[in-house]
Amino acid sequence: MIAAEAAEALAAPNWFVQHAWVIAFLPFVSAALTLFLGKRTPGKGTVYGILAVGTGLVMSLGVLLQFVQHGGGTYEGSINWFQVGGFHLEAGQLVDGLTAVMLVVVTGVSLCVHIYSLGYMHGDQRYTWFYVALSLFTGAMLNVVVANNLFQLLVGWEIMGFCSYVLIGHWWEEHENSSSAIKAFITTRIGDVPFLFGIFALVFATGFESSNILEIGELVSGGGPSKALVATAALLLFGGSIGKSAQFPLHVWLPDAMAGPTPVSALIHAATMVAAGVYLVGRMFSVFASADPFVLQTVAIIAGITAFGAATMALVQDDIKRVLAYSTISQLAYMVAGLSLGPAGVTAGFFHLFTHAFFKALLFLGAGSVIHAVHSNVMSDMGGLRKPMPVTFWTFLIGSLALAGIPPLAGFWSKDELLAGASHGHPVLFVTLTVTAALTAFYMARAVMLTFFGEYRGLGHPHESPISMTGPLVALAGASVTVGFLGAPQLGAPFGDWVFFEHAHEAEFVPWVAALSTGAVLVAIAAGVAMYRRVREPDPMLRMGLVSTLLRRKYFMDDIYWKGIVRPIRDPIAAAVYWTNQNVLDGVVNAAAAVTRAVARLVHRFDQRVVDGAVNGAANMAGFTGGLLRYIQSGNVQRYAAFLFTGVIVLAIVFTRI
Amino acid sequence: MSSQEYVFVVLALVGIVGAFRLVTAKNVVHAALYLVVSLAMVGGVYLLLAAEFVAWVQILIYVGAIVILFLFGLMLTKAPIGREALDNQQRGVAFLVGAALLAGLVYLIQDAFPWDGPKIEPGTGTAEAVGESIFSRFVLPFEAVSFLLLAALIGAIVLSRKDDAT
Amino acid sequence: MIRLPLVLTFSAVLFATGVYGVLARRNAVLVLMAIELMLNAVSVNLIAFSQALGEIAGQVFALFVIAVAAAEVGIGLAIVILIYRNRETINVDEVNLLKW
Repeated sequence: MIAAEAAEALAAPNWFVQHAWVIAFLPFVSAALTLFLGKRTPGKGTVYGILAVGTGLVMSLGVLLQFVQHGGGTYEGSINWFQVGGFHLEAGQLVDGLTAVMLVVVTGVSLCVHIYSLGYMHGDQRYTWFYVALSLFTGAMLNVVVANNLFQLLVGWEIMGFCSYVLIGHWWEEHENSSSAIKAFITTRIGDVPFLFGIFALVFATGFESSNILEIGELVSGGGPSKALVATAALLLFGGSIGKSAQFPLHVWLPDAMAGPTPVSALIHAATMVAAGVYLVGRMFSVFASADPFVLQTVAIIAGITAFGAATMALVQDDIKRVLAYSTISQLAYMVAGLSLGPAGVTAGFFHLFTHAFFKALLFLGAGSVIHAVHSNVMSDMGGLRKPMPVTFWTFLIGSLALAGIPPLAGFWSKDELLAGASHGHPVLFVTLTVTAALTAFYMARAVMLTFFGEYRGLGHPHESPISMTGPLVALAGASVTVGFLGAPQLGAPFGDWVFFEHAHEAEFVPWVAALSTGAVLVAIAAGVAMYRRVREPDPMLRMGLVSTLLRRKYFMDDIYWKGIVRPIRDPIAAAVYWTNQNVLDGVVNAAAAVTRAVARLVHRFDQRVVDGAVNGAANMAGFTGGLLRYIQSGNVQRYAAFLFTGVIVLAIVFTRI
Repeated sequence: MSSQEYVFVVLALVGIVGAFRLVTAKNVVHAALYLVVSLAMVGGVYLLLAAEFVAWVQILIYVGAIVILFLFGLMLTKAPIGREALDNQQRGVAFLVGAALLAGLVYLIQDAFPWDGPKIEPGTGTAEAVGESIFSRFVLPFEAVSFLLLAALIGAIVLSRKDDAT
Repeated sequence: MIRLPLVLTFSAVLFATGVYGVLARRNAVLVLMAIELMLNAVSVNLIAFSQALGEIAGQVFALFVIAVAAAEVGIGLAIVILIYRNRETINVDEVNLLKW
């Protein structure tokens, strides 16, 4: 029952497109296999996950091939799962250029992380379970990407949230790790509530008939539902993105999520799960496009605030993973900002997501390599590592330059396209993004200088990581160099033929924008290198007085949330429950016991005084009257005779008178 | 009031006085003798009422035997001779009871018979009639009484025997 | 020609006196005497009515009363003598073993 429906090119989908859902299904199978058979398999069950994702990558490339050969198109296939009233719940796949690109990204990065973890997590006590969670997560993300209706997407969305919780708290023996996991889960949950209501709003708009994405898109762009409903639905959907993609104000969980193992940070919190929020906006872009323009303006504002704020906070971090975490938040904001530019920005935003996935994963895995070598996360314990760890150094450097946006590396092309789009009529956003780009370059330079240059400040003996770890680093570095060309305007930008909204996108190249951004970035890098050439105690970033405090305290957002929301909710509730238990519940029990005792005492007294009194009294009365009556017995017969005669007289009178 | 009545009243008064003295005498032998007086007067009254057989039986048995028995009893029990208080402590009660009884009886008599009511006309002697009825109509009670007397006789002997060994 | 109520009154007086004697005398023999008095009073009554009603049964009954009285006195005195043997006294109020 697979109905093929080509939108633009009239090419029948190839075998890979028709079976794209298998890509999403395989990791679930491998998760189950690893769970049940993992411990007994040689290599502790890692082979299942690697095989599943590797196969998925191959199939994803096959899917991409369809679009490479025939350009854009939309292919959908589904089965009707069940029907409630007029509502159809389906299970199916929706494959277009965006899907293909996302499949490649997810499977590629996931495969790199699977292989990297062979070395990084070696000897961990929960090694097999780690791979189960990795496979489960990968399956969930792929499901989100290929889903053709909102409820199926939601299922994958929630499973990802759960896997994130499990993986962040992988070393839950440390209280800090389990707290971070809970914080991540709850914060993304807060974002999921508006997301759910957004889905309901859209289903309501269809008259409670379906949650199919294509149908909703047609309905909305056809102008059926009211403007207010569409705008509301768009904003609610964006709420889910705010949570999952760590935008302001729900960004607070991502830095703390660095408590998880570095491969987890690379996969989930750099390349895939956080990208799901951006993917959602892109997938449902017809809703955003049909809504009142202020919706996209709101999105742009949030993105701008996030991008700038996160970049500033990255300046004062000592933990290398936290630098990268704030960087991720900032870059995600870039993508969202791109999407907020409208249909033209869709391609730009997703292109940035595409490139960012590769070099951010690279940076995280490189950081992991460094951490693995020096057994510490903080850059104060690092320094001068470029000599003992050359591969790590060079790949990390490539990743940093890509992130900063130095041509011809990947980051330059994607960022440039975003800035070009912003330059057309969004001046505030343009300035914000450019300044953020400069800040990005600066803090990455700072990180590189503190980690790899200068003198080694730690206590261990760092050495290069094994090939299982450096292999993926090299692969990702290669990707960081090359994939940018897929969006380069000068080379035809095939990416625009795959990922677009309504019309294939022609990438544009605005020379002054490119020059301005590159110049700013170079200046920033030079400043960073100069400032951190020699070790400065304390860090100059921390000597800026009030500004430093503001940045280090993360603009006091964590404090606001903790003191303003969590504690006032948690503590009174806990106190109230305790009070209820002690006074009400125990009170009832104690009162019941006291009442019973009082009743018992009463009954006892009643028994003693009344009942026994009656019994004893009867006996006493009998004795008393007997004691009185015995005086009649005088032993004197004449006295008896006297009584007798008296009685006779009385009787005589009585009987004769009657 | 006829002459019979006069005689009767005289006899009755003597009898009452004797009875009164019987119950108030301080000497037991005197009391026994007063009993004799009373019984004799009662016998006289019987004669007056033309019940001669009963009268003579009365004299014979009561005065002749029973009083003797009493005197023997007094003697054997060393009855105190002389003046002593022979009345017990409930004299008052006894007097009251007696008086009440007398009052009740008198009232009954008065209520039943008018003062000038029935008169007794004692006619001829009745001994013959008594004898006739005893041995015809009342022969069974007669035999029973004789058994009774026999039993009393045996009983008295048995009772007054000194039991030494048993 | 004796008026009946007169005789009955005589009988009543004798009887009341006898009752007084039974209740008031200490010596057991005197009590027995008073009992005889009472029996005599009853006999007088019987005879009076017998003559007044022309019924001979009254006289026969009086005879029986006399006979029974004799028997009773015999037994009674035997008992009195026994008591005297046991208790050295025949005062009725001193024979009160059944006293409380």
